[in-house]
Amino acid sequence: MKLNGLIRTAATGAATAALYAWTALPAFAQDAAPAAPPPKLDSGDTAWMLTSMALVLMMTIPGLALFYGGMVRKKNVLSVLMQTFVTTCLVTVLWMIVAYSLAFRTNPDDFYNAYIGGLDRVLLAGMGKDTLQGTIPESVFMCFQMTFAIITPALIIGSIVDRMKFSALVIFMSVWLIVVYAPICHWVWGGGFLAKSGVLDFAGGTVVHINAGIAGLVACLMLGRRTGYKTENMAPFNLVLTVIGASLLWVGWFGFNAGSAVAANGSAGMAMTVTQIATAMAALAWMFAEWLVHGKPSVLGIASGAVAGLVAITPASGFVDPKGALVIGAAAGVGCYISATGLKKLLGYDDSLDVFGVHAIGGIIGALLTGVFAVQAIGGTAGVLEGNFAQLPIQAYGVTATIAWDLVATFVILLILKLTIGIRVSEAAEIEGLDLALHGETVL
Amino acid sequence: MKLITAIIKPFKLEEVRTALTDLGLQGMTVTEVKGYGRQKGHTEIYRGAEYAVSFLPKIKMEIVVPSAQVDKALEAIQRAAKTGQIGDGKIFVSPIEHTVRIRTGEADDNAL
Repeated sequence: MKLNGLIRTAATGAATAALYAWTALPAFAQDAAPAAPPPKLDSGDTAWMLTSMALVLMMTIPGLALFYGGMVRKKNVLSVLMQTFVTTCLVTVLWMIVAYSLAFRTNPDDFYNAYIGGLDRVLLAGMGKDTLQGTIPESVFMCFQMTFAIITPALIIGSIVDRMKFSALVIFMSVWLIVVYAPICHWVWGGGFLAKSGVLDFAGGTVVHINAGIAGLVACLMLGRRTGYKTENMAPFNLVLTVIGASLLWVGWFGFNAGSAVAANGSAGMAMTVTQIATAMAALAWMFAEWLVHGKPSVLGIASGAVAGLVAITPASGFVDPKGALVIGAAAGVGCYISATGLKKLLGYDDSLDVFGVHAIGGIIGALLTGVFAVQAIGGTAGVLEGNFAQLPIQAYGVTATIAWDLVATFVILLILKLTIGIRVSEAAEIEGLDLALHGETVL
Repeated sequence: MKLITAIIKPFKLEEVRTALTDLGLQGMTVTEVKGYGRQKGHTEIYRGAEYAVSFLPKIKMEIVVPSAQVDKALEAIQRAAKTGQIGDGKIFVSPIEHTVRIRTGEADDNAL
């Protein structure tokens, strides 16, 4: 961390010095002048953030639920909707009780604050009607961030479908939110050590996507492959649902990325622009890659490509320009196509709906390329293309730290569950289908 | 009386129905079925995972006709359902012993 800091300071030395000179002047002058007025509520910002919160919630229910639900077999569709829905409810309650405070509040101890937030907002204590976070009510900020905390564990569901015990899933999602999501969120967005080392993550490339993708990989390895994997027909139940889900994700993602400006301003507008461009480019890239390799451009392919593009532009959205978005989209479309098809086949794990292949790989591509294509005039930080070579290793540092904690913590949580209540349903339940075996219902 | 059971391509259903109606034949029973013959199945690919699908969607059409009209009906079905491609389907003909119209109690040819 210190080393990275040094590299960064050396590379941006001149700029930093200039900045210090500039900020030093008003600091001296402050003795005489009154302190800057505290931020006031901005109704435009607040209106946009209220809207963004609803958009991001829509990404999980019904967006992600349908996207995943359409891809599993008929006997497991309802179980996927149920897993997504219960995760939404669990995270909401736990976020209110403790996770929001751990993620976003400052820990009174400086050392611990690098890793985890404080407990002063447990049960949202002290958050009143007029409490502000910047220019918006803290209640709106808390709800907006809650929807990010909801979708992240929900994304993991794609790797464990068709075979995870519901009781184990309920416990896993709850513990994972507090042990993995809340700290990593604090590192990057809550003033933790990654924020201090200058890692750029506008809307959650590390916090949301790499985080969910790596946890998904660990979970599918711990659970084992689905019974009948590679021998039985596991064709999707209904790709119409999947396309509706992907489209809802796309639309909702404007709340995710443009909302991460936490303001109705030019930054939000640019984030929206690059999101749209990168998504379309990635969808086309996946489609053409598949067309070339398999001879047919598939509906599942173009929808998957769009999601890959949305993932990859997430960390970059407030920092890159439209040209950068085009390259990030193309790289994500092809990169995620290769990982979801070739890499998965090569390594033999059953990441059923490609959480690792799309979210971890797409997230890593996006996080690293943010360091390449960042434009100073847009997000205040220059990337490699503008001569700031140090940003790339900083981005890699952020990716590595996220993966390391995620990998270890997810493994330990699942191992404990596996040794106690068990994480996998019986083979009989798996063959019958989780809808009937676990929930006593069927879809048709 | 004969029972004609025709397995045809789903998109040919309307043409076959029209052809039989033009002959003055009334009523038929249609079922969506899956199966395979010489056409065998096909391969589907989802994100690189290939699945062999051996059963293809077909329409099974059942129609009972007076013996005198069997040949004309067979010809009409064949003409309407034919594309010349493999997978056009098959027609089976079997004898029917007795027919009753439930509403009136009419029997056999009168019930058709």
